[in-house]
Amino acid sequence: MTTVETPAPREMTVIYSRADRVFRGIVTAGALTSLILLGLIASFLVYRSSGIFREFGLKFITGTEWFSDSFREVGDEARPDSSVFSIGPMIVGSVVVATIAMLIAVPLSIGGALYIEFYAPRSIYRVLVAMLDLAAAIPSLIFGLWGIEIFTAFGVRWATFLNDRLGFLPIFSVEFENFGRSPFVAGCVLASLVVPITTSVAREVYSRTPRDLIDTCYALGGSKWGAIRSVVMPYGRSGVIAGAMLGLGRALGETVAIYLMLNLVFKYSYQILDSTGGNVASMIALKFGEATDREISALIAAGLVLFIITLIVNMVASNIVQRTTPRS
Amino acid sequence: MMQRTMNMTNSDLETTGRTSDPMSEVTSFRGLETRSVHAWFGKHHALAGVSLRFPERTVTGLIGPSGCGKSTFIRLLNRMHEFIPSAAMAGSVLLNGSDIYDPSEDPAMIRLKVGMVFQKPNPFPAMSIRENVLAGIKLAHLKRDNHDDIVEQCLTRAGLWKEVKDRLDASGGSLSGGQQQRLCIARSLAVEPQVLLMDEPCSALDPGSTLRIEETIKELAEKITVIIVTHNMQQASRVSDFCAFFLTDGGPGYLVEADSTRKMFTNPSDPRTADYVQGKFG
Amino acid sequence: MSTVVQSPDQSKVEPQRPWAVKRVVRATNGLRLAVFAVIAAGITLVTPLANADGWALAFLLVNLAWTLATAARLGAKERRDAIVRVVVSSLAFLAFVPWLSIFVSTALKGYKGLYPGYLFNDMRITSYDDELTFGGVGHAVVGSLIMVAIATILTLPLGILSGIYLTEIRGRLTFLVRFIVQSMAGVPSVVAGLFIFATVVQSMGRYSGLAGGVALAVLMLPTVSRTAEEVLKLVPDDLRSAGYALGARQWRTALMVVLPTVRAGLTTAAILGVARVIGETAPLLLTSLNTNGFVWNPIGGTLGSLPTYIFAMFMYGSEYSVARAWSGSIVLLALVLFFFLLARRLGGRNERRTRVGVGKAASTSAGTK
Repeated sequence: MTTVETPAPREMTVIYSRADRVFRGIVTAGALTSLILLGLIASFLVYRSSGIFREFGLKFITGTEWFSDSFREVGDEARPDSSVFSIGPMIVGSVVVATIAMLIAVPLSIGGALYIEFYAPRSIYRVLVAMLDLAAAIPSLIFGLWGIEIFTAFGVRWATFLNDRLGFLPIFSVEFENFGRSPFVAGCVLASLVVPITTSVAREVYSRTPRDLIDTCYALGGSKWGAIRSVVMPYGRSGVIAGAMLGLGRALGETVAIYLMLNLVFKYSYQILDSTGGNVASMIALKFGEATDREISALIAAGLVLFIITLIVNMVASNIVQRTTPRS
Repeated sequence: MMQRTMNMTNSDLETTGRTSDPMSEVTSFRGLETRSVHAWFGKHHALAGVSLRFPERTVTGLIGPSGCGKSTFIRLLNRMHEFIPSAAMAGSVLLNGSDIYDPSEDPAMIRLKVGMVFQKPNPFPAMSIRENVLAGIKLAHLKRDNHDDIVEQCLTRAGLWKEVKDRLDASGGSLSGGQQQRLCIARSLAVEPQVLLMDEPCSALDPGSTLRIEETIKELAEKITVIIVTHNMQQASRVSDFCAFFLTDGGPGYLVEADSTRKMFTNPSDPRTADYVQGKFG
Repeated sequence: MSTVVQSPDQSKVEPQRPWAVKRVVRATNGLRLAVFAVIAAGITLVTPLANADGWALAFLLVNLAWTLATAARLGAKERRDAIVRVVVSSLAFLAFVPWLSIFVSTALKGYKGLYPGYLFNDMRITSYDDELTFGGVGHAVVGSLIMVAIATILTLPLGILSGIYLTEIRGRLTFLVRFIVQSMAGVPSVVAGLFIFATVVQSMGRYSGLAGGVALAVLMLPTVSRTAEEVLKLVPDDLRSAGYALGARQWRTALMVVLPTVRAGLTTAAILGVARVIGETAPLLLTSLNTNGFVWNPIGGTLGSLPTYIFAMFMYGSEYSVARAWSGSIVLLALVLFFFLLARRLGGRNERRTRVGVGKAASTSAGTK
């Protein structure tokens, strides 16, 4: 008996031709551009806002005052700068409005997606899908315009109703009955802005449910709802969460619609029917107009905070998707 | 097994042929029967005039080259055909004498009685083995108390019990391909169908698993009717009591010959059947 | 007895659909909804539920009540199915109403301002308060198109290159590039505008169309990259293998085999990207501002655009200026619709696989995974 000596594994190296190396180089450089671009944006935001963070520290995030000492810039250099920059209420405002929007948008989106994919008559299916894609591309400016000119009348009525019936709850109480520019009404408009985006993603995911799994449900004598509940929903869960997170990102970063719908008030408020509110993005657009150089830096710091918040939302979303995607 | 086949050959495998008015004929035939069934996908005429009888507690193999409408045919037998948007059909399918395409029939109830196992094993990915077996009972809202018994009984009949009895809560996806397919069979059995349709159930499996499933099929035929589409001639000859040979001449698929499996493989009436079962084409 | 058939059944049989919902049933359903609509209208007259929203709520409640009443005599499974059906339909109804309202109200509020010269005139010699038969939106359309063109020229090559990197080269940085693209999709538009303001605008010393275009490019890049990746991913690996098996080098395979198969998909991706950024307002408020007259030079100074036109008209707040904002919205929506239909047309001409791919990419491009 002779033992056969196991041969050492051979290295297999791919040698690319010069043309291929050039090609790969160009493509890699192109791909790296977006990497570099994001790096530039991030490091630039950090660089420009570092002074603000050093001066105000954590106060920048928790404080409730935004005062730009613009007179000093026009020739009063001797006087110390008395500007105060902080965005606490705006962060809370962003979260409040976005939460209202998501609470309304998620059930509607799931309903809309299920309807289009499983209940709509086949004759209007394609029309609905096209309309949905189109609705997802309606500029937020037009949502803002519609919100303030058309929707506010309805929203105020709903807000009044909520305040009448549930006003004893602190969240539905108000100081002044001026519901038109309340986070609740703005949240409704934001919800209608988010719905097409989330619905679009959810419908897409639902439509990718393996047909044979659905067929199996029917072959076992299941009803449509049975198939949806036991196959479509579990299969699409991660996609729907991703879609909702995408919508949340949009809602947190929305600028013009909120700019048009809300009064910026630098005061912590949890009363969603009160006319105080605002969010970081619309604050940036609003304060930008007459900003001094120092104030621009402060706005950039606010932009950085917003950027980090949306980045976290994004990462949480992709994490959830990775953990909940069914393997089969 | 052999005994049973011999007994049934002469009396049961009858085809009604092209009766002028199939609806007028009152039948007391127990089992599944089709009367000049046609199928369309949009303008495409996929299947023409198939009349067949599947007696109770037998296994019938549907054989024929790809594209001759075998799969379309068995999807017609439990009303899965209608899920294709442009699909249409003609003729009638009778289960114990009543037309399953009658407007008053609930398709879900039909599918409870006529179950189906698909080509690719497809256990529900989000459910455990146990939940997979019980999925049909939950889906169809059947009232059953003895869930544990059902799980054991169905898995035993599908020939899977011994292998999984200690890990019923593991995911269905953790099984091998052959085990997954037997799980799918167990899942279909849990709702106690009268007929089980199998669309190439072994085409995605290795030879060992295939043999296991063939044994399962034979055991199933003690209690229910099995109709199996297969491309594998040996499989057809091993498991089936009867065979039906489908063919297409470029137009719609049609039934060429149906008879006892022994006759089909030894002395078929049509030369095309002989050529096909001997592997000369297809 | 056995069967032998010589040839297929030649008898003339008509296709039937026994499972189809009968026309009578469909008509009855339609009629029932119409009756519910009338009942709902009646309810708005006698109860506190009033106006369009009250009517809609009444309508949904009547429908729900009817379903619950009729479902009572069904089995458990059917009852649940019927109730879910009505709940899902009601949610969908509520989800679709806002967009319908937007399309309709934009048309109703904006059509007054549309006159033949609206698309070709600018606002140089017209005050925002003037009658609607003066002035127009031509300068804004031109500005928007210039900036979108700049954005497209910048992002299309970069997006396609990163798509090729992710699907063809699959280098060590694949994960990182994908992660970065995904993160960029989450950059709020106002932050992109702020970044371009603080870099391009401040270093050039003036606002410009170029700055606006670059800001739009930052927003468009992730969309285009992701769509390009999705489309390229759909090219079957067999095709690449076939290329290599013929002795083609990687770059030739990529350029001559892979890219041509998805040309339509990539075009569609770019056009959809354009449709998505053409209405962006916030970044342009920080980079290119607004003008009242035609400007063709993207680096000379401020450059108007449709979104900033609408924004300025609305913020001005007079009767005629707000009407102009709505007319501008019609033009903006029409542009979005135009790009959409163009994308569909181009995508539709291609073979089915790619079209499916584009549809998929189009709706996931905004940021799944």
